[in-house]
Amino acid sequence: MRPAMRVAASSPKAPVPEAPAADAPARSRWSATLVAGCVLAGLVVAVAALSLLWLPYAPDDTSGDRLMPPGAEHLLGTDKLGRDLLTQLMIGARIALTVGAGSVLLGGVLGLLAGLAAGFATRWLDDTVSALLDILIAFPTLLLAMLIVAVRSASLGSAILAIGLGMSAIVARLTRVLVKRVLAQDFVTASRTSGTSWPRVVTEHVLPNIWPTLLVNLALQLGLAVLAEASLSYLGLGPPPPNASWGRMLQEAQATVLTAPVGAVAPGVLLVVLVIGVNLIADGLRDVADPTRRRTR
Amino acid sequence: MTTYLLRRAAFLLVSFLLACVVLFLLLRLLPGDPANALLSAGATPEQIEAARHQIGSDRPLPEQFATWLGQIVTLDLGESFISTLPVGPEIASRLVVTVPLTLLSFLLAVAVAVPVGFVAAHRAGTWYGSLLSGLSQLGIAVPAFWVGMLLVTVFALKLRVFPAGGFPRDDWADPVAALTSLALPVVTIALVMSASLIRYVRSATLDVLGSDHLRTFRALGSSFTGAMWRHGLRNAAVPVVSILGIELATTFLGAVVVESVFALPGLGGMLVKGIAQHDYPVIQGILFVSTFAVLLIGFAADLAQRLIDPRLRGTVSGGPR
Repeated sequence: MRPAMRVAASSPKAPVPEAPAADAPARSRWSATLVAGCVLAGLVVAVAALSLLWLPYAPDDTSGDRLMPPGAEHLLGTDKLGRDLLTQLMIGARIALTVGAGSVLLGGVLGLLAGLAAGFATRWLDDTVSALLDILIAFPTLLLAMLIVAVRSASLGSAILAIGLGMSAIVARLTRVLVKRVLAQDFVTASRTSGTSWPRVVTEHVLPNIWPTLLVNLALQLGLAVLAEASLSYLGLGPPPPNASWGRMLQEAQATVLTAPVGAVAPGVLLVVLVIGVNLIADGLRDVADPTRRRTR
Repeated sequence: MTTYLLRRAAFLLVSFLLACVVLFLLLRLLPGDPANALLSAGATPEQIEAARHQIGSDRPLPEQFATWLGQIVTLDLGESFISTLPVGPEIASRLVVTVPLTLLSFLLAVAVAVPVGFVAAHRAGTWYGSLLSGLSQLGIAVPAFWVGMLLVTVFALKLRVFPAGGFPRDDWADPVAALTSLALPVVTIALVMSASLIRYVRSATLDVLGSDHLRTFRALGSSFTGAMWRHGLRNAAVPVVSILGIELATTFLGAVVVESVFALPGLGGMLVKGIAQHDYPVIQGILFVSTFAVLLIGFAADLAQRLIDPRLRGTVSGGPR
């Protein structure tokens, strides 16, 4: 938020964004928020990683009885097709993270490039790009996603593309504002006057000054992307089977919520754990990136 | 103010035209001819040609766009591929459910979030201040449809106080029945929306509570309530109002998903069905109406912000920046 405060940390010769001010206590880098967030999100990441190496049952194994309660054979029971719930949950973690990370990568790169272009552009080009971004943002992400799914058919790729594109507009608008703010600083003018080329201004002044805020925003976007994927899947517009998605699991379990509550609760709990974890990480990163905000939280 | 209004209205018109172009191109340029929706798998080339001719997708793109724009101006949204009924009246009949659902949820969310957010900021150091912040942290991480499922389980299936879903066939002829079937969906959306609103209200209030002018006013002998009333609220309202526009649009979107949970005959159900059936006129019509609504909401939010904050009135450059 305050590029001016980071000027000292990003001198042209030796960018040292990691070095804390001399009087800052060392432990402030890892706040309780950040630790809690990493633990919660790490839990889901661990489950997803484990699903790559080992699964209790094959994803399409319907040999179990239908809607079994939790027991020794199926730790969390089975769904209405006799599939092992734990297996589905573990694959669901992988899908949620794949869509989340994929769309953040896509939206982050596209948004950063568009935002940089708009930030450096002048007058009418800037106005045009901002107007376009405003419209894209006015177009709610989920509607855009539904539109893309409608044209491309539901798949893992469609979900990533759809959510990532919607996100890129938001990232681009934020980047544009941040870039403008840095470019208005005197040290950029000074640097230009002394003959620094524009590409070097980007790598040595702009990027070091905007990445903390961008990173926090991307972390928040990751949580939103996971929620958007769940909503798409709930509506039957997400990645199709055999990809198990938490959203679709919840939709399928809705009719039998009284007889088999585990299936209607467990995917939701994991979803909330992941999103809270990611949001806490974002909050923690914000405190690290901008210590002046810490008082007001 | 008049200059600003004109500029902002012009901006609205341009964004709207651009949105139409984007909508049109997205649906036409992505692979797959819309005519395919009319055909079965083993259609002959003649049948495909006939279908393309019937819906006009064999003509050049600019001509198609001009035709479509012309129809929109006359409020004609075309006919559904599947039911062959006009899309416009169908959307209108669905809005009877979606608009009250959106507005009621939004009002409830604001009514909850403003006082709660204020208390969470004013009592930030106490246990209940932290509890409120924690709850809102939880609220923004929960998907709306899951909240809906849980509410249905408790209040419809277990306690049987509210219906689990559906809407009276005769719409609002019996307002009590209509409101009863909207109760759980409204609470669902409001719960999720208020969680994020609380965070905005809280941080806006915190900024005002820590501001120099409030401290000065208190030092001059004003009571806390008096200072808040005369200076604090208006300052805190500025960022909140700007976010309210976006939140209202999001509420509308939340309604689309939550309608599915409660099997409400609103715009959401129509859209999901249209997508599943590749019914392009339906999809295009709904997206058109929602985009229009979202842009109008943004326009209204900008105006409201200017009315509250005189500092903005000096600037000429329009547009939400």
